[in-house]
Amino acid sequence: MATLELDVAEEAVTQPARKGRKLGVLFWAAIGWLVFVCAVAVFANVLPLPSPTDMDMLERRAPFSAEHWLGTDGLGRDELSRLIHGARISLVVGVCAPVIGLVFGGALGMLAGYFRGRFESLVVGSMDVLLAFPPLILALAVTAYLGQSIFNLTLILGALSVPAFMRVARASTLTLARREFVIAAQALGATHARILLRELLPNVMLPLAAFFLLGVAVIIVVEGSLSFLGLGVPPPISSWGSMIGEGRESLEVAPRLAFLPAAAMFLTVLAFNLVGDALRALTDPRQGAL
Amino acid sequence: MALFVARRLFYLLPVLIAVSLLTFSIASLLPGDLAYTILGDQATPENVAALRRDMGLDQPIWWRYLSWLGNVLQGDFGRSFRTGQTVLQAVVERLPVSIELMLLAQVGALAIGVPLAIVCASRSGGPFDRFMTGSAFGMLSVPTFLSAILLIYLFAVELRWLPATGYVPFTEDPAANLRFMVLPALTLALAEWPGIMRVLRSDMIATLQEDYISLAKAKGLKASRILFVHALKPSSLTLVTITGINIGRLIGGAVIVETIFALPGIGRLLIGSILTRDLIILQGVVLLVGAGFVIMNFIVDLLYAVLDPRIRHGHA
Repeated sequence: MATLELDVAEEAVTQPARKGRKLGVLFWAAIGWLVFVCAVAVFANVLPLPSPTDMDMLERRAPFSAEHWLGTDGLGRDELSRLIHGARISLVVGVCAPVIGLVFGGALGMLAGYFRGRFESLVVGSMDVLLAFPPLILALAVTAYLGQSIFNLTLILGALSVPAFMRVARASTLTLARREFVIAAQALGATHARILLRELLPNVMLPLAAFFLLGVAVIIVVEGSLSFLGLGVPPPISSWGSMIGEGRESLEVAPRLAFLPAAAMFLTVLAFNLVGDALRALTDPRQGAL
Repeated sequence: MALFVARRLFYLLPVLIAVSLLTFSIASLLPGDLAYTILGDQATPENVAALRRDMGLDQPIWWRYLSWLGNVLQGDFGRSFRTGQTVLQAVVERLPVSIELMLLAQVGALAIGVPLAIVCASRSGGPFDRFMTGSAFGMLSVPTFLSAILLIYLFAVELRWLPATGYVPFTEDPAANLRFMVLPALTLALAEWPGIMRVLRSDMIATLQEDYISLAKAKGLKASRILFVHALKPSSLTLVTITGINIGRLIGGAVIVETIFALPGIGRLLIGSILTRDLIILQGVVLLVGAGFVIMNFIVDLLYAVLDPRIRHGHA
């Protein structure tokens, strides 16, 4: 996806020595937040929460109380419960879609970077066509035809993330394929499959994993944007994006209905970016070289 | 230069064809029958069959693609079956709004990003630099629709300084037009400046270590002149690159912003056509936006070659 950007050289130029390889407090705070969000999302059904879809017309936009910890929304549904169930959707789409990109883009990129030649031109060319559309426009158009469902949404966003993963995998395969250990394996008579899986994959996996986390952040935002526009997950399922979209209507009376999911989304996206960025700096060979 | 342009044009053509193929296949291969959509739920099978024949939907797919492409090349993108307006009319009517929005946003983003990058680069590692680098990183995690809501809440709901939604054409009342444009453009600019600032900053930190900067300092030139003239000039290429990379995100952002602020631009046309299932408009808009995006990238490439002769001669 064109929105993913790789500005690898930056950290290396600015703070070569001082930063070192230590992970800061911020990194662990981000990890903590992600673990917390994932845990509540996984155990949403076990937690003692009211139903996220039960409406209580007498208790609309109720303030914080012992019964509704974060109050209720415009239809009298428990806000906290909706936030937690919304986290599930945002995380499921946000994690599954980049997995599709990781698997297909990673495989294509490695094959293209290893075998070169016509296959590489074909892969790069067809990915360029996918990138020829502004990603959000393509996502909107395909959802419009395929219909709105979590499955379709994940599939579309996953397909859209393939080119970016392909580029990362291809770039690192290109440099790695010329290294001594690969040449040595070739000299020893290893098959292509063995070189790709045993020699290259473990090395390409590191930058891909860091990029994966940045990809999750982007996908959560894109899913949020689509749901915000009412074109993502279909109601009554709530995702953070659709909750913000609903909260927008009552911005004057109850701004918290928009700002609570907004804060949850911001923190989660920020956490994924922080962790991904830190891992990328760790796995970036260029920083080690300095 | 002429050779370079010719070569790039030669690459442009297959990409444009691929864009049209992709647009067509999204509209034709995915489930959902146009005839059913037009006629609605009460359609009888006979009616549907008749309409399909009328619209040529019973023809083989390659024939439909070629005749569609032929029409498109003659400027006929089809006609909305809801409003009767042609796609081209609808797009031309709304294009100025979107272009104004994106231009204002880009200007705003540069106005925020460039000075910040320069100040940060001149004192890199200092407290202000670290604070701004951190803020830029944080801002990259704020989705467009989120900053839109924050701005609406702050400036329209709480302070009541600016309208939250609405639009007046620039030709009717420039001042009112700008008043409506401030918040949408600012929203987009807020999403764009971190990218500009981050890349330009690291670029300039490298430039500031060059010998000719030391020479300029030794000559006793003013610090501001060195920063804004001598150091910024080599980074113009970087600025063009970031602007090019950002176009795609800007278009996506414009769709969201236009919808939130009710600006009658291309983005809202697109969303509207999805919500009303006006598939002809949708197909036409996606094709035009895709083609426009490809052509804009082409122009950025050319601009690149103008700025850097090495690219023109294939050395870089």
